[in-house]
Amino acid sequence: MSLEPLLSVEELRTYFRTSAGVARAVDGVSFSIAANESVGVVGESGCGKSVTSLSLLRLIQRPGTIEPDSKIEFEGTNLLSLDDESMRKIRGNRIAMIFQEPMTALNPVFTVGAQLAEVPRVHLSISRRDAWARAVEMLGTVGIPDPAERAHSYPHQLSGGMRQRVMIGMALMLSPTLLIADEPTTALDVTIQAQILELLAELRGRTAMSVLLITHDLGVVAESTSRVIVMYAGEIVEQAGVRELFAKPHHPYTEGLMAAMPRAGTKRERLTVIPGAVPSPYEWPAGCRFHERCPYAWERCEREHPPLYEIGLGHVSRCHLAVEPERRASPHVPLAARAGAGT
Amino acid sequence: MTLDAAVTGAPLLSVRDLTKHFPITGGVMRRVVGAVRAVDGISFDVAPGETLGLVGESGCGKTTAGRAILRLIEPTSGEIRFDGTDVRALGKEPLRKLRRQMQIVFQDPFSSLNPRMTVGASVREGLTIHKLAEGRAADARVRQLLEEVGLRAEHATRYPHEFSGGQRQRVGIARALAVEPKFIVCDEPVSALDVSVQAQVINLLQDLQRSHGLAYLFIAHDLSVVEHIADRVAVMYLGRIVELANADDLYSMPLMPYTQALLSAIPVPDPEAKRERIVLRGDVPSPANPPSGCPFHPRCQHPQKDAACSVIVPPLELKEPNHWAACIKQLPTRISWADQKAAGASRQPERVVPIRAIA
Repeated sequence: MSLEPLLSVEELRTYFRTSAGVARAVDGVSFSIAANESVGVVGESGCGKSVTSLSLLRLIQRPGTIEPDSKIEFEGTNLLSLDDESMRKIRGNRIAMIFQEPMTALNPVFTVGAQLAEVPRVHLSISRRDAWARAVEMLGTVGIPDPAERAHSYPHQLSGGMRQRVMIGMALMLSPTLLIADEPTTALDVTIQAQILELLAELRGRTAMSVLLITHDLGVVAESTSRVIVMYAGEIVEQAGVRELFAKPHHPYTEGLMAAMPRAGTKRERLTVIPGAVPSPYEWPAGCRFHERCPYAWERCEREHPPLYEIGLGHVSRCHLAVEPERRASPHVPLAARAGAGT
Repeated sequence: MTLDAAVTGAPLLSVRDLTKHFPITGGVMRRVVGAVRAVDGISFDVAPGETLGLVGESGCGKTTAGRAILRLIEPTSGEIRFDGTDVRALGKEPLRKLRRQMQIVFQDPFSSLNPRMTVGASVREGLTIHKLAEGRAADARVRQLLEEVGLRAEHATRYPHEFSGGQRQRVGIARALAVEPKFIVCDEPVSALDVSVQAQVINLLQDLQRSHGLAYLFIAHDLSVVEHIADRVAVMYLGRIVELANADDLYSMPLMPYTQALLSAIPVPDPEAKRERIVLRGDVPSPANPPSGCPFHPRCQHPQKDAACSVIVPPLELKEPNHWAACIKQLPTRISWADQKAAGASRQPERVVPIRAIA
C-alpha cells in the first residue's frame, strides 16, 4: 500500500430523518483505498453498503444527510467541504460509479454512442466529432463487437451484458482514478457476470484505477478483490485481506454468512442459518448490533458496543471475542432463534 | 428414449416433447410473422419425492417450462402425464381438481401475495376452493400451516407488508402446502433473498420434502443452490434440455460444452482456488431466431467444433449411465462420422472434460 491512500473515509455517518424517526443507515464507517487497489464491500440488504457508496459521491438526497463530523478525503481534498460545482467535476472525472441495473441508468431515447460522447463534450469541451470518436473507441475497449456500428444502437437494442459494458465504458470515459461498482453483475447471468468481472480486472490492470466493489456475493468478492470490508447494521464489522478473511473469518456474522452459502460438499445437509433478521436502522440493538443473532453472545455483548479490535495484520473485527476468545468454544442457541418465528 | 433409468417405478410427472411457441405478430394486420420458441421439445420425468433441478440463464425457457407443465400457460404441443393423468386432455374443472396435487411457489414473494388480504386469508384460499376445510377447522389448519413453515399462528391476521422477504416466501410455501400437493414447481424460490435468509428457506423446503414426500421441480439460475438441493439436474439452453444427469455426475463431469462453461463461471468463495475459467464470448442468441444446428455452436469452446455443428441438431443422447447430453463432438455419439462429414465436419469427435477445482 502506498503512503497516501487515494480515498480515506473517517467516521462517515449518513442519517435519514423521516417522520418515523432517524434511520442511521451508515453509522460511523471508516476505511481507505490505495491506488490501483480493489476493495470489496459485502453485506446483506439494509447493511448500509449502497448508502456508503452513494455518500462517497455525495449523491444522498433528502431526507438523507451526511452528518457534520464525517470526513471523505479523496486525493487530498475533503469532498464534504467542496461546493456543488467542484463536486460535479470530481464525479465522472475522478470518481465514477456503475449501478446494478444498467437499463435504468441509461437514457432510453438517446443512442449509446451519443450518451458516451456527451461525457467528454461536457467535461472536456472537445468537438462533437472527436467526442464521437472517443465514444466508439471506448465501446471497443469494453468489448462491444462492431463498436462503430453499435454506437448507433439504443439501450433497448442491447442485451443486459452489453448495457453493463456501455455503463462501464461511460464511467471510464474520463479515466477516473476510482470506480465504484455497486452490484455491477447482480442482474446478469453467470456467464455474462464472468465476462464483466474479467473486463473490470483487465481495465484495472491496464490503468492505475482503484475499484470499490459493492456486492452481496462472497464468490465475486473472493475472485475480484484483494481486501474485504464486511458491513452489518450500518457499521463495518470486519475488515481483512481477502485470503485472511476467507481462511480465518473472525466476526460471527462473517462466519455465519460463509456457512449459510450452499457449496460443493454440503449436499442435502441442512445449511447453517443466521436466525432472525437484520434489525431496523431506526433502532439498532444496544450493545453489539449482532448479539441477538449470535451463537456466542454473552452479557457483555448486550451491554457494551464493541470497538473494531485489531486481531491481526490489517485484520479488524467488531467482536468481543477478540479479547475473550475462549467464548468461541461454547456456542449456544441465539436469542433470535429462541424467540421462535422464522424470517 | 427413457430419461428415468435411475428411477424405479412409475414417475410422478412425465413430460414428453413439450413445446411452447409464442407468436410474433407484425404489420397493421397483426399477422403472425414468426414464433419465439421458448420451450422447444423437452422431455423429462420426476419421480415421487424427487427434486429435479432445472437450470439455465435468462431466456432459456425454464420458467415457461414450469408454467406450461401446470398449464398456467397452454403448451403448444407435447405430452404431460401426472400420476397417470393426461394433463393436456383435461377440461377446466378436472384441471382445477388436479392442481390440488401440483402447486407452484414463485420467485417474488412481494408480488405473489395479495396485499389486501391477510396472510391467513391467502393461505386459506386453497382450502376453500378445494373444499378441504371450513370454519373453525380451516382456521386451525391455517394456524398449523403457518407454524409448519416456521411462522407463528398469530401471524394469520397480519398483512404481507408487515413481513420480511423471507417470511413472505414462507407464506407462499404455506399457501402451496395447504392443499396437500404431491408436486411443487419452485420457480426461483430463493433468488430474491439474502444469503442468510436463503439458507433458512432452503432448509425449510428440504424439511417439508422429507416430511410430506414432496417432489420438486426446482427452477433456478443459481447453480450452487441447485447442486445443494437437487437429486438430478436438467440444463436448458434456448428452449432445449442440453444435459440431464444425477447432480453429482453433472457437477463433477459436465459433458455438454455449455454446462462446462456455465459451471466454470460460478464465482468460487475461496480466494485460494485455482482453476481454469471458460469465459464465453457473446450473448445468448434470441429464441425467436435460434442458430441452426446446435443452438450453442456460435459460443461453443469445444476444440473439435466444426461446420457440422451448425448443420446437425444434436440429439439428447446417453453418454454415460444415466447421463444425457446433446453434443455431436462429445463421444460417444450416435451421429456417425460419415454423417458428420456429409454435413461438412472436419474434426473428429473427442471427449473433452474440464477438471473441476474443488473449493
